[in-house]
Amino acid sequence: MAITSQASDDGQELTILIQGRFDFGAHQEFRDAYERISTSPKRYVIDLKGATYLDSSALGMLLLLRDHAGGESAAISLINCSPDVRKILTISNFEQLFRIS
Amino acid sequence: MSERLSVLIAEDNAADRLLLSAIVTREGHRALTAADGQEALELFCRERPQLVLMDALMPVMDGFEAARLIKLAAGETLVPIIFLTSLTENDALVHCLEVGDDFLAKPYNRVILGAKIRAMDRLRRLQQTVLEQRDLIAKHNEHLVAEQRVAKAVFDKVAHSGCLNAPNIRYLQSPYALFNGDLMLAAYKPSGGMHVLLGDFTGHGLPAAIGAMPLAEVFYGMTTKGYGLADILREVNAKLKRILPVGVFCCATLINLSFHRRVVEVWNGGLPDGYLLRGGSNERIPLVSRHLPLGVLEPAVFDEKYEVYPLLEGDRLLLLSDGLLETRNHAGELFGEQRLLDLMAANEQRGQLFDEVQQALSAFRGETQDDVSLIELSLIEEARSSPLTFSNDGNDTPLDWSACFEFRAETLKHMNPLPYLLQLLLEVQGLRSQVGALYTVLVELYSNALEHGVLRLDSSLKRDVQGFAQYYGERRERLARLEEGFVRFHLELRPEHGGGRLIMRVEDSGGGFDLAAARACEQAAEQLHGRGLKLVSQLAEKSDWENDGRGVSVEFSWSAQA
Repeated sequence: MAITSQASDDGQELTILIQGRFDFGAHQEFRDAYERISTSPKRYVIDLKGATYLDSSALGMLLLLRDHAGGESAAISLINCSPDVRKILTISNFEQLFRIS
Repeated sequence: MSERLSVLIAEDNAADRLLLSAIVTREGHRALTAADGQEALELFCRERPQLVLMDALMPVMDGFEAARLIKLAAGETLVPIIFLTSLTENDALVHCLEVGDDFLAKPYNRVILGAKIRAMDRLRRLQQTVLEQRDLIAKHNEHLVAEQRVAKAVFDKVAHSGCLNAPNIRYLQSPYALFNGDLMLAAYKPSGGMHVLLGDFTGHGLPAAIGAMPLAEVFYGMTTKGYGLADILREVNAKLKRILPVGVFCCATLINLSFHRRVVEVWNGGLPDGYLLRGGSNERIPLVSRHLPLGVLEPAVFDEKYEVYPLLEGDRLLLLSDGLLETRNHAGELFGEQRLLDLMAANEQRGQLFDEVQQALSAFRGETQDDVSLIELSLIEEARSSPLTFSNDGNDTPLDWSACFEFRAETLKHMNPLPYLLQLLLEVQGLRSQVGALYTVLVELYSNALEHGVLRLDSSLKRDVQGFAQYYGERRERLARLEEGFVRFHLELRPEHGGGRLIMRVEDSGGGFDLAAARACEQAAEQLHGRGLKLVSQLAEKSDWENDGRGVSVEFSWSAQA
């Protein structure tokens, strides 16, 4: 499990890259990725290219990020979802809360 | 620097014993001395020193035997034993390390011996810390298990007050499912039929179990009071949203089975597809998750829209949590959705499906199915076995009153008034024993007035499955657009021969209907048709339709209480 984050040059966007299993074990690391940063981004991009697995705790963590990013007004995209990850997001109807591609 | 230790010195040579004793004392420790193995063992048992210097070769009992017995007596505590030896062959030295912890070759070097004592003391303290921590963890775990046992006992009381044991329900659930976050609830509705909920909270352990309590309370409380699926869903969602931390939520499917009306209402938020399997054909309708899980959305944006399907005798509903699909075999493969779809496709007798799935699962996984929650529901003619009990408070309520309620468009759109009426009527002791029939009649008359009167829907649409979906789609749209119209309930309660009588008249703003035609239609009713009018005539003591079909009145009576 490795989570890295990268702010855009203008600091407006934060990209969080997830590698390996995205489950409860990633809890602290994921929070650190958006809490321990010096910028205050307006948009968030979660890159799931390297995520092999995602469980309901991960969905909970995404909701926490959404809350942190302003709840209803949060702009969060989930990108590079594998079919398996996509399926879990679809069953939970998370496309109502996040932009998924 | 380090604490003062008691060091046992076992040495048959008096001069060596004196020398070692001097070294140990100079290192700041207390020296105990023994001249042979036997004496050393006795001294150890009496004084419990923390460290032993042991000559390998001694009379009476040699050092190896004494060391073995001292280790035995020390139990889990590490008492390091350093052998003192003039032996030099490899085998002998290896034997020293097998029985003891280190060795020191003669002649003795004061500096080396001091260093070895310190090294062994570190090892001893490490072992001591490990043991303390192990005991602490064991104690904490014991507490946790005890707490879970209590929580489970309390929760079982709540969860099992429902009707999971009804003859039309079969289920599979681990006894510790609660701590996997899985939840299964079933309750009879006052009108017959039942509500069933399968839920899966995020996470594991107590945090996952914690939301189950309020959910169960709301589910049972509202079902018993006659609330419908939409009201229960809204309330559960709002409650979970309010009390659970962000990130904790409940994936759930809620089912409303109506035996009389022969329909099933389904709302799925976040659980894998459930299935409606037709008894008479291979048809399989997936019950797809169309919503976010419960506890995620703010009440204002929550969507309680459910789907409605006709239900026939022999049909089966299968609901599952992801534990089934994520069951793994010894090779690490997932059970997966395809295996389940294949099982359903191969199934010939619907009545056998549940067993077939269970067998396939056992064969796949081998032993127990710990995280699997699976539930099968079927339709039965009458599953009601006195669903509701009331305590008799002994106070007879006034029995001579009348009231009229008119529910207009805005109310009809947004709420179901029946639970309120039911609560009011159940204030009358004499009606309580008839709550099932009474509520069924209320439901039938209200739907009839709303759907055919106010919304002017044509029930002949429900002739086939497609028309059925169209009917309920149309119902939803017309209701959303509704601007005027009313349903009126006149309730009149009269004392009668020590008992009493309820006369209830229901009217609506619709154009009425042709009673003769409606009756004829009912006669020819196919299974998918509403059987409302007939049911009302059967359940009420008396029922009269006005000739223009705009109103109906029914009566219930009760005799003096014994």
